[in-house]
Amino acid sequence: MKNSYLLMVLVLSTYASVSSADVVEQLLVEYSGQSNVEFDSNKGKTLWTKSYNDNKDPQARSCATCHTENLAAVGKHAKTRKPIDPLAPSINAERLTDAKTIEKWFLRNCKWTMGRECTAEEKGHFLKFISAQ
Amino acid sequence: MKYFTLLVIAFTALVLLSIQTSFGDEDQDDHHYAMFKREPGVEPVKNPLYEQECSSCHFAYPPGLLPEASWRKIMTNLNDHFGENAELGDADRLAIEEYLVNNSATHSEFRRSKKITRSLSPSAAPLRITELPYFKHEHDEIPSRLVKDNPKVGSFSQCDACHQDANKGYFSENKIKIPGYGRWDD
Repeated sequence: MKNSYLLMVLVLSTYASVSSADVVEQLLVEYSGQSNVEFDSNKGKTLWTKSYNDNKDPQARSCATCHTENLAAVGKHAKTRKPIDPLAPSINAERLTDAKTIEKWFLRNCKWTMGRECTAEEKGHFLKFISAQ
Repeated sequence: MKYFTLLVIAFTALVLLSIQTSFGDEDQDDHHYAMFKREPGVEPVKNPLYEQECSSCHFAYPPGLLPEASWRKIMTNLNDHFGENAELGDADRLAIEEYLVNNSATHSEFRRSKKITRSLSPSAAPLRITELPYFKHEHDEIPSRLVKDNPKVGSFSQCDACHQDANKGYFSENKIKIPGYGRWDD
């Protein structure tokens, strides 16, 4: 019984990690079709802390404003202060497992942070960086 | 004659009870609800999509806390959701709007939802729960040092910071615990 439980956990976790990698891979292919650049985790890291000024808010905004610079840490919503689960897939297996969710948050958070949608190139760099955490 | 007196007493008791229920303290209402077959509080959130999409950023406010017109207005302006971008795809947005409207205070039989509706004019569509006359009335005795200036709370929009059973739609005074302060009982 114990063994079958372990096997189930193993099968499920393998399935989760494979599907996360697949989702990321598929999105990267999609983004590279729109941008023609080599995606680079280091460029994603630089973009992560790059701050932008919003005319409605005196505080400069970056990805790290809410998610912090350490993606393995718990973040905090800038306005509501609700905790945000870690983004690093190595810590939080639910991350990067659903393309629709990834696109939803890229749309919302790029607009909040930079005041515009991210380009395919930026999203590619981000995805490389986040998936390596 | 004896029966008539009993009847008069019973009738008077019933009238008195219903008066207390209409105008009495909210907490007493909650204890009497069973007699009037109306649920106390507001209906808890029952929609997984709403919960998933909206509670990533904030407490999942039960739909019975705002009237239908408010939810419709909020859901047509998600790209500027109180200064945040909360855009959704059309399918999810419409599904969530339908849930919120169908379970709004306007259509709810829950006691607090009824009170919220009664505190508003039929055409009112406040965007914030904290703007409701009923909400203001219920919170007017709370000094700002316990909420706005309390670093552990920060705002009245954090229902569940003090209302321990907020996620069950239960906002009674006996379930309030203000962080850094303790129980609230007025």
